[in-house]
Amino acid sequence: MTVADILLLALGAVAVGAALLVVTTAHVVRAGLYLVLTLGAVAGMYLVLAAELVAWVQVLIYVGAVVVLLLFAVMLTRAPIGASADLDRPAGPAMLIGGGAGLGLAALFIDAYRWTAVEFGEPGRVGVLGEEIFGNWVLPFEVLSVLLLAALIGAIIVSRPDIGARNGKVPH
Amino acid sequence: MRPVIPYVIAALLFGIGVYGVLRRRHAILLLMAVELMLNAVNIVLVTAATTVQATLAAAGVGTPYTGHVFALFIIVIAAAEVGVGLAIVLQLFRLRSSAAVDTVPLSDPDPPPDAAHATAAEPDPPTAEAVPR
Amino acid sequence: MTTHAPLAMLLPAIPFAAALVTLLLPQRSRAVAATLGIAGAAGALALTLVLLLTFDQPYGGYVELVRFGELAVSFGVRVDTAALLVAVATGVVALAVQVYSVSYLHDDQRYAPYAAQVSLFTAAMLLVLVAGDLIVLLVGWEVMGICSYLLIAHDRRLPAAPGAAVKAFLVTRVGDVGFWLGIILLGVGAGSFRIADVLAAVTAGEISGTVLTVAALGLLAGVAGKSAQFPLHTWLPDAMAGPTPISALIHAATMVAAGIYVVFRLYPVFSGATGVLAVLGVMAAVTMLLGALAATAAEDIKRVLAWSTVSQLAYMAGALAIGATAAALFHLLTHAAFKALLFLGAGIVIHAVGTNLMSGMGGLRRALPATFWSMTIGLAALVGLPPLAGFWSKDAILYAASGTAGWVAALVFAAGLATVVVTAWYATRLWLRTFFGAPRPSSQEGSPLQAMAVSGDPSSKPVHGAPPLMLWPVVALAVPSALLGFAAFAEAFVPWLQTPDPVEWAGEYVAGAQAPVPVLAEQELLHIGVFMVVPVAAVALGIVLAWAMWRRDTAADPARLLGPVRPVFAHAFYLDQVQHAVVVRPVTAFARAVRRTDEVVVDGAVEGTGRGTLGIGALLARAHRGAVPRAVAAVLGGALLFGIVAVTLGGAW
Repeated sequence: MTVADILLLALGAVAVGAALLVVTTAHVVRAGLYLVLTLGAVAGMYLVLAAELVAWVQVLIYVGAVVVLLLFAVMLTRAPIGASADLDRPAGPAMLIGGGAGLGLAALFIDAYRWTAVEFGEPGRVGVLGEEIFGNWVLPFEVLSVLLLAALIGAIIVSRPDIGARNGKVPH
Repeated sequence: MRPVIPYVIAALLFGIGVYGVLRRRHAILLLMAVELMLNAVNIVLVTAATTVQATLAAAGVGTPYTGHVFALFIIVIAAAEVGVGLAIVLQLFRLRSSAAVDTVPLSDPDPPPDAAHATAAEPDPPTAEAVPR
Repeated sequence: MTTHAPLAMLLPAIPFAAALVTLLLPQRSRAVAATLGIAGAAGALALTLVLLLTFDQPYGGYVELVRFGELAVSFGVRVDTAALLVAVATGVVALAVQVYSVSYLHDDQRYAPYAAQVSLFTAAMLLVLVAGDLIVLLVGWEVMGICSYLLIAHDRRLPAAPGAAVKAFLVTRVGDVGFWLGIILLGVGAGSFRIADVLAAVTAGEISGTVLTVAALGLLAGVAGKSAQFPLHTWLPDAMAGPTPISALIHAATMVAAGIYVVFRLYPVFSGATGVLAVLGVMAAVTMLLGALAATAAEDIKRVLAWSTVSQLAYMAGALAIGATAAALFHLLTHAAFKALLFLGAGIVIHAVGTNLMSGMGGLRRALPATFWSMTIGLAALVGLPPLAGFWSKDAILYAASGTAGWVAALVFAAGLATVVVTAWYATRLWLRTFFGAPRPSSQEGSPLQAMAVSGDPSSKPVHGAPPLMLWPVVALAVPSALLGFAAFAEAFVPWLQTPDPVEWAGEYVAGAQAPVPVLAEQELLHIGVFMVVPVAAVALGIVLAWAMWRRDTAADPARLLGPVRPVFAHAFYLDQVQHAVVVRPVTAFARAVRRTDEVVVDGAVEGTGRGTLGIGALLARAHRGAVPRAVAAVLGGALLFGIVAVTLGGAW
């Protein structure tokens, strides 16, 4: 057990615990806040795993943007601030499939790695990562930028019925 | 470092995400669960990158950052997905006055939604008061 | 060596060209069609005579048409005296039929196609005669089949005609399957479809015994179909539904003669294959008696003649079976003459009285004197009264059978002799019932018999005399019927009827063919001696029996002598029914089963697939119409399931 392991365990415990709360809490807004906690813990794990840039991007985009977006959506959909009774469906199948997936994957990983230890390589330096992205992966990067643009336009069109409508006829 | 720790954490996060997707009825909570699943995948990628990096470094063969790159890409895709997803959720809410995915009709628009939601559903036309704009 | 190979190739081409041109004419242009038909037949006959008179020694020619790898198909002709003699018979009969038809079918609405088909029939027969290549022979053979189909079905007013045509076509087709197989086997075995090469290969023993036997049996099946030998003889009596001249053409010179001729032409194949000649002999013996006995009870005059054709063809087949090939061909020629005469004469009689049935005839010798005398000659020739043609040829066959060792020859001889008696009996019956006795009332107005009237104005009651265009061919044919037998006295005639010597034949094309000379002994056709008494006595016995029976009651049918077996004979031993029960019904049942299988199983599978797919699709569609969460659960659950399966089967654990 090294320090990294202990840190990972602790952060992982936080992430898993917060995630459990995300999917179980009866408050929509709290779910968003628990999500922040989970994502933050995951970002910490990235740091421990020497993925510095990924960690910061995680904080910036996920915690900063995605969660804010989600909270905005909560507001726009006039979700109740307090606890809601009808947020959930019966738990049986969800438990079965979700538990099966999670525990099954965990079992696979445990079986594959046991308790082996590996040495850390060099810490992920931003410069090297940048070279990687703009060298090897420049094409997917560009495709991704187009995807983002498409998502942007799509989001606008979907959320504004007056743009897609023709002749004053509004879909549905 | 024991790679099994982040891997198991990722697996558990993924399972929790699946559980959330299946359990939750509210569309925004659904999206949050999806984010959990995406993050689980990201953890796996980053951990794998680190592990492979260590192995490769031991063998003296460069240091690929592919896992990191993929993780970044997935974060970007997640952002796009959340953007579009939330737009759809808003539209859904505008049409149904509810963000519950159960009420989404998947068949043709002709068959009316279930009677249980008929009160909440005001199919036609979307009233302006639903749009807080 | 004079070579007229191009001229010989022209021989079938003349009537063929006439047929083509006639087919292009409008259906009602009788005069042009008749002229063309007669010209085609006359041209072919003239060319045949020229070839025969300038004949020096056998010759042939080949024009290669197609080459399938090793196998070449060529348009080849091979001319020898036998081919030319049969060609003369074909030409004479075809000419007679064409002339006769002008008058016989004087009110036919579709004369041009009729004349064209007769010309085509003639052309096909000539093609078979001169063919030097098995494929060319097969072409002529098949064209004859389709022509017989068309011509038998010519008279559309007859309800029986289409069925008879289909029957003729199908029955001969059954045999043709074997014929085809035989030709393929021979051609592949010899590496060439040229008859010369095939015969050379057969005599040299290059084709293995089994293959040869199978090929010969296949050819024999085709011959049995074409030449109406048991058990494929059933089509011939039914083919009487065709116009009478067509019966003459089919029975005398073309279709049925083709089968005998092919056996003759390919004789080394049959003699080289073990047992095939015995099969032929048994077949001939059975057919001989069967045909003659069936003729005794037949009421339709054409049917009597048809059964007699079956029986006479069996004589030829029997002669071939015992190796008397020259006698067989001799009988083929004489039979062509007197059978054409008999059919055309019967046509005049039918034309005169307006019915086919002998019960409606009688006392016609005064009304139709020329026909009477011609038919008398023809019938006497058929019976074998000396010195008419049939006597000499039949005598040659019987003598050869008596002089040949072996059970096959004995069988052929016994059956042949018995058949002579029966033949004399039924010929006498026909003669007496048609031309003697009191004139019987013709068939009543509107009776079903009227429908059977092949030609002529059905309403004309009085017996009308023979039109000259119909009479002349009959009278002309009486000459060879009476005198052809004396050809046997000619020294040069006998070698003309020999089967082609394959070695000599092949030697013309294959340099240095060293095949062993086949033993085909020089055959004699003429035997003047004590033996001649035997058939004459048999003939006399038959005639006296029939006459004695008839004398007791001139109005009654001598067939009452047959007593209880008469219906059996009249139905030709119920072979049609047997055929129906053994072949037709199982085949139709099988076809029905196949159809039902097709409808239920195959179509069911196809439609079931469609319906099943639709049903599953509907189910899946209902699943897809479910709410989103259920779909998501299904997707994720499915993914998990796949993961489990992959891990379990993938061998990770």
